[in-house]
Order: sequence, then C-alpha cells, then structure tokens
Amino acid sequence: MKLKTTALASSDAFRANRDAHLDLLATARDAAEAAASGGGPAAMERHVGRGKMPPRERVANLLDPGSPFLEIGATAAHDMYDGAAPGAGVIAGIGRVHGQDVMVVANDATVKGGTYYPMTVKKHLRAQEIAEECHLPCVYLVDSGGANLPNQDEVFPDRDHFGRIFYNQARMSAKGIPQIAVVMGSCTAGGAYVPAMSDVTIIVRGQGTIFLAGPPLVKAATGEVVSAEDLGGGDVHTRLSGVADYLAEDDAHALAQARRAISHLNRRLPETVVWQSPEAPAYDPEEILGVVPADLRTPYDIREVIARVVDGSRFDEFKARFGETLVTGFAHIEGCPVGIIANNGVLFSEAAQKGAHFVELCSQRGTPLIFLQNITGFMVGRKYENEGIARHGAKMVTAVATTNVPKITMLVGGSFGAGNYGMSGRAYSPRFLWTWPNSRISVMGGEQAAGVLATVRRDGIERKGGTWSAEEEADFKRPTIEMFERQSHPLYASARLWDDGIIDPRKTRDVLSLSLRASLNAPVEPTRFGVFRM
Amino acid sequence: MFRKILIANRGEIACRVIDTCRRMGVATVAVYSDADRDARHVALADEAVHLGGPAPKDSYLRGDAIIKAARDTGAEAIHPGYGFLSENPDFVDAVEAAGLVFIGPSAKAIRAMGLKDAAKALMEKAGVPVVPGYHGADQDPDHLAQQAEKIGYPVLIKAVAGGGGKGMRRVDDAKDFSDALASARSEAQNAFGNPDVLIEKYILQPRHIEVQVFGDGVRAVHLFERDCSLQRRHQKVIEEAPAPDMPAQVRKVMGAAAVRAAEAIGYKGAGTIEFIVDGADGLREDGFWFMEMNTRLQVEHPVTELITGVDLVEWQLRVASGEMLPAKQADLSITGHAFEARLYAEDVPAGFLPATGTLAHLQFPDHARIETGVRPGDTISPWYDPMIAKIVTYGPTRAIALRALETALFDTEVAGSVTNLEFLIALTRHEGFRRGEVDTGLIGRDLDDLIAGSEPDPRTLALGALGVAGLEDPDTRAGVTLWQPLRRTVTWEGGAAVIEAMGPGRADVTLDGTTHEVRQQGGRWWVDGSPRRSRVVRHAAGVSVFGGRSVTLKPLDPLDVAGEEAGDALTLSPMPGLVKAVFVEPGQQVAAGDRLAILEAMKMEHTLTAARDGVVAEVLAAAGDQVEAGAALIRLEEDDEAAA
Repeated sequence: MKLKTTALASSDAFRANRDAHLDLLATARDAAEAAASGGGPAAMERHVGRGKMPPRERVANLLDPGSPFLEIGATAAHDMYDGAAPGAGVIAGIGRVHGQDVMVVANDATVKGGTYYPMTVKKHLRAQEIAEECHLPCVYLVDSGGANLPNQDEVFPDRDHFGRIFYNQARMSAKGIPQIAVVMGSCTAGGAYVPAMSDVTIIVRGQGTIFLAGPPLVKAATGEVVSAEDLGGGDVHTRLSGVADYLAEDDAHALAQARRAISHLNRRLPETVVWQSPEAPAYDPEEILGVVPADLRTPYDIREVIARVVDGSRFDEFKARFGETLVTGFAHIEGCPVGIIANNGVLFSEAAQKGAHFVELCSQRGTPLIFLQNITGFMVGRKYENEGIARHGAKMVTAVATTNVPKITMLVGGSFGAGNYGMSGRAYSPRFLWTWPNSRISVMGGEQAAGVLATVRRDGIERKGGTWSAEEEADFKRPTIEMFERQSHPLYASARLWDDGIIDPRKTRDVLSLSLRASLNAPVEPTRFGVFRM
Repeated sequence: MFRKILIANRGEIACRVIDTCRRMGVATVAVYSDADRDARHVALADEAVHLGGPAPKDSYLRGDAIIKAARDTGAEAIHPGYGFLSENPDFVDAVEAAGLVFIGPSAKAIRAMGLKDAAKALMEKAGVPVVPGYHGADQDPDHLAQQAEKIGYPVLIKAVAGGGGKGMRRVDDAKDFSDALASARSEAQNAFGNPDVLIEKYILQPRHIEVQVFGDGVRAVHLFERDCSLQRRHQKVIEEAPAPDMPAQVRKVMGAAAVRAAEAIGYKGAGTIEFIVDGADGLREDGFWFMEMNTRLQVEHPVTELITGVDLVEWQLRVASGEMLPAKQADLSITGHAFEARLYAEDVPAGFLPATGTLAHLQFPDHARIETGVRPGDTISPWYDPMIAKIVTYGPTRAIALRALETALFDTEVAGSVTNLEFLIALTRHEGFRRGEVDTGLIGRDLDDLIAGSEPDPRTLALGALGVAGLEDPDTRAGVTLWQPLRRTVTWEGGAAVIEAMGPGRADVTLDGTTHEVRQQGGRWWVDGSPRRSRVVRHAAGVSVFGGRSVTLKPLDPLDVAGEEAGDALTLSPMPGLVKAVFVEPGQQVAAGDRLAILEAMKMEHTLTAARDGVVAEVLAAAGDQVEAGAALIRLEEDDEAAA
C-alpha cells in the first residue's frame, strides 16, 4: 500500500528542519571536499608534474563513464594525525567497469607519498572485507611508499595490520575473486606484494616501480648502486622478472589495460533475488530534510522516511499493530526486494520479538534487510527487566547476528546502547553501514553517562559524610558530556571507520540501491540461526 | 504497355524508375557492376543481371552487355535513366536493331542536339531565340576575335563539344581574348578531343531556367519551367519549380519556344530545353536565349512532378509503348512550389571534393520526398557520382516549400561520409535566395559565408562527447556519487573532453577549459540552459550529433597507444644462440619490421626485426658471434639523437 504523508513542505517546522540539516550537511561536505583534495595543491602539482593523473581521476578513468561510485570511508582520518592524512591517503569504493561492479583501492600519493597510516590500513582492509563479502573483483591502483614508519607499531605487527592486505588478496584469489594491480608509482617493501600477489598486474613504464628494497637500502646493504628503473621499473618487471604482466605507456594506457583485463573476467551475477522494474518513490527524496527533525530528541514517524526511499512509496507493513515502536515490512528499492526494519521509538519486548520474527522471515526468503537505525535503547525499568526484555532483546540480536542475508544499516538518528546491536550496528557486520550527518553514536547519551558517573560519585561523597553542591556536580559532569558529544559526532565516528561514510540523507535511496546491488554480486547463503532464548 | 523493362542505370534514378514500374505493374530488370552487387536498385528490382567490373566502361557503359541482358531476361524496352548511355545515339540504334524499345528520343533527335553549335543553328531556324554569338566553323583566332568584338564584351568562349564547364572562359576585355582562347582550346582538346570553340555574349546576371518538354514524336507539350540558378561551377545544387518571379506572359512565350524546339526535331519522350535568362531587370519576353537541349529525364525532374501532378516516368513508359501524349497543353497547370536539394558525399570546405565512405547511419525525414539509391550501411564508392539523395519538398507557396526544405535537411542524418548537408542548410537560409533573388553567380559570390563557421559549435561537441562516453541514453542511471562527481576523460580523433556525470540525464562537459551544462529533459537536450534540436546517435563509424551543423566524433581506443614497443631502441637476443647474419650497418635507415639479423638457436633460425622506424646507431654483434639471452645486438638512434 502506498504510504501517506502528513508532512507539509510549506510548514515552519519543515523549513526549520531543512535549514538545520543543510547546515549539518555543509559541515560534512566540507570534510569530504578537504579529503578529496588530498595532500593539497602543491603536492598535486608535483604529482601531475611527474606525468601522473590525479588519484581521483585515475579512479574515474578506470570506471565506465557515468559509473556510480560508492565511496568507502571518504572522510577517514578526518582530524586525526594533526590533519596529515586527508581521506587516510587512500581512495576506496565500488564502481563499474564494463558494467561489472568492482572494488577500487587507489593510493593517494599526494598524501605523504601514499604511505600507510593506521587508518589507511584500516580503510584498505575494510574495502577488502566488503569485496570479499560481496565477491567484488579488486583493482588496486598502487602508488605508495609502504608503511608510514613513525607509526610502524600501529601498522605492521597486529592481525589487522599491513600483512592482512596480502593475506586477504590470497584468500580472495582462492575464492575466485579477481585481484588486479596497476602499479602507477612506488610499490616498495611490503607494498611490493600488492602487485606480486595479484592475479594480473599492469605497470606504467618509467613511473611504476616494484622492489623489496629501494636503491638507498640496496646501497646500504650491499654497496650496489642501481637506479630505481633498473632495479624494479616497468621494463624490468615485464621483461625480466615477470612480476608484472602488462607494460603501459602512461596512466591512461594502464587504466585502459585494467579495463580490458576486467572485460575478460568472465563473471556472471549469481541468482539471488527477483528484481522488479524500478519505480521512483511517490514522494520526493528531497523532502527527507524537511520531514526529519534536526533534534534527535524530537520523535517523528519513520514511515515518512521510508515513503521517500522505496519504490512507489509502497510498503507492506508487517505486524503493524504489534510492538509498534519497531516498524517492519516489505518493499522494493530500485527494483530490489527488501525487508525494512526501522525504529519508531524505544525497543520493548514485543518490538524485539517482532524484529526477530521479521529477520527470520527475510532469511527464509533470502530477502536483503535494511535497518533504519534511530534507537535510544531497550526500555529500562523493573517491569521490563522482570518480563525478560534482555531475553527478548537477545532473540533479536541472535537473529540479526546469524542471518546470512545481506544487511545494510543506515544510521538516521541515534545509535545508543544495546539498540545498536539489535539494529545491526558495526559489530554485527552489515555489508554496509552508512550514516546521516545528524546522527549520534555512543554507548549511551552524554547526559545519561555523566548522570551515572555523578550518581556514583555523589554516593561516594555522601557515604563519607561529605556534601556535593549542584554547581560542583555540573562541573563534574561537563567534561563527560563534552567528551560524549565530541566522540558521538558522525565525523568523529567516520574518521575512525566505525561506519562506511556519511551520506546526504537525500541520497539514501541511491546509496541503499547501490549497496544492495554490490551485495548481490555474492550468492545469498542459507541461514542457520543460533539458539534463541525462548 | 510493356510487361517487363530493363533499367540501364544505377543509384537513385534506377530506384525511381522501379517505383513507377511497380505501381504500373511493369516487371523490372536491374543491371549492376561488381561494386553494386548489394546496391539498393538491385534489391528493389524483380531481376538483376551482372554486367562487369566497377568502372563504368566495364559495366554501365557496355551497351552490348546491357542489350544482351535485356534479351536474356525477356525485357521489351530499356530505360536509360540519366548519364551513362542515356544520350548516346549509337546505343539507341543498337537497342532498336536488337528489336527492343529505347525509352527516350530517337537517335536522330539526340544527334541533332548533341553538338551545341549545330543545335543552336537549328533552333535559330525554328524561331527560338539564341544567345548572340558565333557558332561558325572558321576557328581562325583573328576571325574569332573579330566575332567577339561584334558580339560585344563581356563574352564567353565555350568548347563546341563541351559540358561541365570544361573549355569555358569568360573574357571581359579584348586584350585578354587571345590568351583565354588558347587555354580554352587546349582544355577542350584534352577533355573532348576537339579544340573547336564557340563564342557567346556573356550575360551579367544570368539565371538558368529550363523548360520541361514532352513529345510523342509529333506533338509536344511543356510542363513549365524549373529554375536551376543555384549552381556551383555549373553543378546544380538546389532546383525549384516554378521559377521565382516568372511573369505569366514570359512563361507562356518561353514554353511556346520550348515546344517549337522539341517539335522541330520530332522529339519523343522527356526532354529539357535550357535557357539562359537575363535576370538583371526582371524576366522579360526578349530576355531569354536557348542554351542546349538535354534529351533525357533530368535529375531535377521531381520538382516538375510535384507542381504538375504528372509522373514523368509513367509518361515516358506510356509514350514509348506507343501511346499518344497523355495530356494536352491546356490540361497542364502549376499548383504550388517545389524544391529539390542534392545531397552529396563531398567535402565542402576542401573545395567540394567528392568523398567516399560507408553510410554507418542514414535517416531521412518522412515529411519530404526522398529519392535515394542507398540504404544505411551502403557504401559511396569512388566509381560513380557521389550523390546520396535528392531531398524534395512541396508547399502551396515558395516560402512554405523552402521552409519545408530547410526543415527536411535539418532532420536528415548521415554518418560515415562527409556531406554537403550543412552547405545546403546554409543555402536555404540565404537571405537573397529566400527573397527569390537567384542567379548563377549567387553561390560563388557568397561561398565564404555559406561555408563559414565550419568549426563545430562547442555545445554540439559537448553532446557528442556525451555520446562518446555512452551517456546519450536518457535512461542511463548515471553518476551517483556520495560527494564530488568523478571527472572522466573521453577522447576522440582530434579532441577530448572531461565529463562529470551528475545523475541520470545530467552531466557537465568540459571542452578546452569551458564547462557546459548538459541536461536531458522532456525528451530533448538542453545545453547551458538552452534547448537544442540535436539528436545524438551512436553507429559503427562513431558518434554523431545531428540537427543543423552536425558533427561526427570517432572515439579513440585508449589501448591503441602509439609505439607500445616503439620506444625500444635496442634489439636484444631473445635466447642464447649464434648470430648467423647481420643485415644492417651504422647510419642505415630502417623501417619497423625490417630484417636486422638472424640468430640460430635451438635448431631454429630466428629473424630479428626492427621494432620501429629509425637509424641504426650501433651494431653490437657480428656474424659468427655466440651471444647470451638478452644481449644487445643492434641499437637504433634515439629520436633526439636523430634530430641532432
């Protein structure tokens, strides 16, 4: 049935919401643009002066003209490392080459020579994780000096550090997920294994180099004096060493060769869902900014958002009269069938049971799940604890954790406490997790956290017979409130890759549709649930 | 009426004749050369007979083979079309000797009109006005100079056996006469094997007006006039009927003169009397003179058909099969106005050079009469006239018919060869032509304006770039990104653009540093905020933007990078072996692929060839040397070395 709206575009509230969202959006956009400009104009000039294409243009020219680009971690490392690594020095995302979805990971050599900061490693690994889960061929546009040495303790030794990149390459290759490297610049030390571990490698003459140790290290170690080109240039590697397979004359040529390599992958999409012909929503997605209150504390009907996301604004709401604070139902997004689970208030036991039921339904049918997350948590209090809300919540968490259908989470408001778990937060490995600029994420609200700490403190003081004034309590609470406010901000979260990126809420439908399409490159495996606490 | 006829021609005229035959229930036999095996006229005809090689002399000019084809297929008559054998009296004789009917005039009538000076004398005798001039046999230069003086300058020297402007000179002053005469004579000798010339008064603002006549061997009628003044070097470009500003009385007098001319030679079939007309001071009863008679159906006959309602091919068949003239003069009248434009494969800016090509895309509007011999995918070969089509429009008034022609040309789409389409559109927009102020010098005078601005409009190029990117389809869901659009470069021969797709049907296209906003809305393109009537079509030859000044972009293959291996100055030994021979020495120029040396290894001889063009700088091995794998054998000079 087509959803109805009560929103009035001419109302004051609508306009105020919209203005507030546009402000938030401008901040996010500034951050994204700063990241996209990489190491800045001077570094870019040097880069282009070497005959290289700007990193984002490399990505663009690898992809089909007009290809969508679902960028991962666009503002990663924002405000980290004293701002030294915009975008974490690497571009990652999903685009199309000859109509085939691929994961592109492109070093940005204008950012500290493309060296790997901890967040660079995390972003690279996240891109590989998505590629592995979604069976997306990987194209690495390599132009990197390797590990960032001052940060070596945070990039080299641990499981999810640098070495994991090559482990992933080998594991993906073993699964039949093609690995293609285009060496467009340095590829030194550990970095040399990116091309070496790839199924197909292209190298640019006079520009790409691959070696375990560069000329300075060779000289130090053995006294041999050799040029970078003779040590590991394109000519050497395509003619003598066999480390690379194709020799390209320049970036454009190399990218064309990579496109050709992808055209020969001979892959087909698995049979997954039954697609319908796409249909635009009956309500303009542009209106999302007006129908969603900018203040997280103001309740609103999440169906106003669903109506601006799904095909024809048609939504088959499941169990509409039961556990009403969780909205569940079936719809299509750009022709793809989905089950939607959306918060419309705090979670009660009924809502949690309904959620678990709905996840079971979608898993049974192989229908992808969309989580629209705006959750302050599960209801608290004696009544609820006594009726076993933890038990009911656990059912939902079990269902969400063990289902094998693709899950895509959109953080459209608050993400607090155990609600985050039930609504497929990062720890529940949704295929993608996107966030709106107005969202907040933390274990609980800042006020609540400060309140908990203050209560403990007051108890301690009063137990010792002391007194604590209201002002003293406020002074005590302020830093906690401020810390929570700072750390729950989407830019802070996105910088640390707690999500895959901040998006413009008006693009929710586009982003979900691209995420779904990418996810459905992999077959949907049958689900076997864990034990439900009944 | 005939049951079956053979059409001794090709292209649009063969197709045109087949159309009428089909309507009349007459079976058709086409003939074709090797080059026309798959041509449209062959596909349309009921039967087809192969004649020979592509050169006209091996096919369409082989009268004997054509007559044999007619007899073998049981055709009763031969329609010659225009050109080729249509005005060859010996062919007419042969056709008739074979017991077949020639659809056209008698050999005698053709001969009578064949030599221009004889024809003029004949016409003078019949009371048809001819241009003051000298058509005599005395070719003494001094005598000719005297005659020129008598006629009065400016005069025109023309080859007696001429045509197509060869052996023709305009002389404005007596002092230039002898030089002009000498060059005209030598050109005539070369072109026609006959140096004889005639001299005529040169008319300052001449118009070319011709009268369509039709005879049955005894009587003749005229089907009014056509104005063919829009010419370029005597090649007609746009024709119309009736002539603009033709007074009824002048039309009557000219028509009567044309009928007298036709009857004077007992003309049978369709013919045209060409007059030169002085347009300097309006058309006058005493201001037209006989030029020549064309004893065939003319290329531009459709304009006459549209204003008279007569199917001239039908008349040709009826009269040739023995009927009397199908209409009396009093039954014929003019309704409305018609134009014909000749669409050619030719390079206008290069001086109207004939062009060739495979028509990767060809589409005509359905609101015009189209006479064509080609279909999409057909080839314009170098062997024949490079005409693609005649685009013919009709309207109740001249202004409407001309506007219809402009629109029809605007909606015509050709890719795979350069054409004169833009030139034709420019002509339809020429102010003087619109006003009906035509004369044969119009095109020559305004040529620069008519072919000006051959630089393509950047907005059209922007659309072409979108086509090269494959984004011309409005349904493409394109360009969704989270924040910034991607800047994608596309390249084609001679150009490149950066495309930023902004969403379905929306893109910014940057050309030479200028960004154009391209949008698709309501089924049409908008560039920089203005609607365009452009159509973007992808085809085998690239991407074309049609509508007005069209462009065709040929996308470059980014993999086709010049000299993938060409940078290699060194020829290396591919494996350990024995150098058997070295064929080059330092300083020697070699071309890519040239043999440099032979290496014997693993019981095989390996020929080493030059990877690129260049000059040998060093020979590093000699015959008999045993070399290792990768050993340098021959070094070519680097480009800068060679330059220095």
